[in-house]
Amino acid sequence: MNMTELPGWADWLVSSLIIIGALFALIGSVGLARLPDFMARLHAPTKSTTLGVGGVILGSIVYFSVTATFSWHELLITIFLFLTAPISAHLLAKAGLHLELKRVENTRDLRAQPNQYSDED
Amino acid sequence: MNKILPAPFLSLFLLVFWLLLQNTITPGLVVLGAILAVAIPLYTNRGRDFPATIRKPFKAIEYFFLLLVDILISNLNIAAIILMPSRRIKPALIEYPLDIVGEVPITVLASTISLTPGTITAEIRRDGRALMIHALNVDDHEKLIASIKQRYEMRLKEIFKC
Amino acid sequence: MLVFAVQFAFVAFSVALLLNLWRLFRGPDLPDRILALDTIYINSLALLVLFGIWHGTAFYFEAALLIAMLGFIGTVAAAKFLLRGDIIE
Repeated sequence: MNMTELPGWADWLVSSLIIIGALFALIGSVGLARLPDFMARLHAPTKSTTLGVGGVILGSIVYFSVTATFSWHELLITIFLFLTAPISAHLLAKAGLHLELKRVENTRDLRAQPNQYSDED
Repeated sequence: MNKILPAPFLSLFLLVFWLLLQNTITPGLVVLGAILAVAIPLYTNRGRDFPATIRKPFKAIEYFFLLLVDILISNLNIAAIILMPSRRIKPALIEYPLDIVGEVPITVLASTISLTPGTITAEIRRDGRALMIHALNVDDHEKLIASIKQRYEMRLKEIFKC
Repeated sequence: MLVFAVQFAFVAFSVALLLNLWRLFRGPDLPDRILALDTIYINSLALLVLFGIWHGTAFYFEAALLIAMLGFIGTVAAAKFLLRGDIIE
């Protein structure tokens, strides 16, 4: 351990960002383990984990900006994660629909023409 | 202007990305970054077959902050659903009719839906006029569709003018 | 306070990783496993960033960025493979 002492406000800010981020990431993973079917499980990691990691990275930005020189480059990871999370969610949803995975019984299908969505080219 | 900078926002984004990656700002790096920011869009412009222009940059920035707040709220919702003791969620597959056209606006809308409360875009209909959304817990799907339309799609329509 | 926060986060992310591993082994289908892998790389990236804070160095940033990029490409490739049975068409 080699952490520098922070001034009071920064200490609280970094600590709360890290704790909130860690909680969100944990909740996302609990959701991944606990929700009943694949489409529902898809919701938890794409939203909560991304935000959780975003919180930790924001904490890291504040920490390094206060202790060392002004440092923004961790922001790149956050931006990248927020850009890519919907894309991987979309691809995995497509894969799940393509393989026709089991859904929980109370899933309602409200599509007017379900046959218009298959991905046969 | 159009000859040298075919995609001004892409150039700006590349310059900012380059400076973030270097994590310092010195004149030399800015010049090098500017050269790259001009050269890369020029070189890749032939491959861009999806023209998109942001007509109202300030509206776009406002949209970005609205999205940020909504992502926070959506995470609280999801957390509540996950930690609910009962497992009785009401998932649904919803068809969302699109008003906007163009590949970039639809992509932005689909990503927005994926990042906000309890919904994920799963598929686009073959004719490109509707999205298929999976909602994690929904009682009234008409209300959900109306709220997405009014909150995001209208704004995107204004930003991209399409 | 910060020491406690970072220790708490270490524990939280480790538990999260264990849950992801459980889902990875449990399945039941291939998309579930890919989703678990996707979450694993995001969580381990956060652990790396935390490790950087713990040791007060910024050297782990590049590693975290690389994990983010390669992990995303891996997820896309695996999902593509499930969709088409082929990665590069």
